[in-house]
Amino acid sequence: MPTTTINGKEVHIDAEGFMTEPSEWDEGIANVLAGNIGIELTEAHWRLLKFLREDFAQQGETATTRRVQTVGGVPTKEQFALFPKKPAKKMAYIAGLPKPKGCV
Amino acid sequence: MTDQPVIPSFGDDEESDRKLAIICSKGNLDMAYPGLILGNAALGEGVETHLFFTFWGFDIITKSRMHDLKFTPVGNTATHMPMGLTPLPGMTGMATKQMKKAMDDLEIPTVPDFLDQIVASGGHLWACRLSADMNKLTDADLRDDVEGIISASDFIEMTAGAQLLFI
Repeated sequence: MPTTTINGKEVHIDAEGFMTEPSEWDEGIANVLAGNIGIELTEAHWRLLKFLREDFAQQGETATTRRVQTVGGVPTKEQFALFPKKPAKKMAYIAGLPKPKGCV
Repeated sequence: MTDQPVIPSFGDDEESDRKLAIICSKGNLDMAYPGLILGNAALGEGVETHLFFTFWGFDIITKSRMHDLKFTPVGNTATHMPMGLTPLPGMTGMATKQMKKAMDDLEIPTVPDFLDQIVASGGHLWACRLSADMNKLTDADLRDDVEGIISASDFIEMTAGAQLLFI
């Protein structure tokens, strides 16, 4: 896996640019990753990102938009508003997690 | 070590006119899901998505029926049951219950909940004019988020250039 420097920290990424070592992530990195794709993180974004991180730590898998709604309590509409067009992948990217595998 | 930051492409800079139209023509529980799963996935990828409900697929959006779609093993060799047993009384009820449980265990929403999610994701629901007339149904009988009862030609016109799935 190649490495790159994000926010002054050397981290592992895959060919697309998704981080591959969730433990290397921190909030400073999240701000840079969000900026890379034109998103400025607000309190609402952070609430969602924190859920994704916690859920991943417990489940070993990135939550789908469905799970972010039913378990994380963030309605689908809000997810699309916060992370336009491709919420599942954008959330995962900023949270330093792999893309979700689930179909729904 | 890479010099340039590698940033995934989420397609934001591309002017995408990709559009998906899904025609849902079946009212069995097992045949309702493929269209919903694919439509939901397309919306999650930023694709404009339209679902058109016609013939038996009308049950999926009809208020009095959408909570009660059924799965039957009758005539379905992929269940690998002896076909002679499949029409026995109670078999369809049992198979339906099992399928609903299997879906629930996988955290797949029920059909009405799934449509809620699709609409919240920006999906469009349309009902077929002929099916409404055949079943003597009006807007009032359908989910409130169905955008209209339209003719086949309206649908074809509206989905010009779309990729199309018939289920």
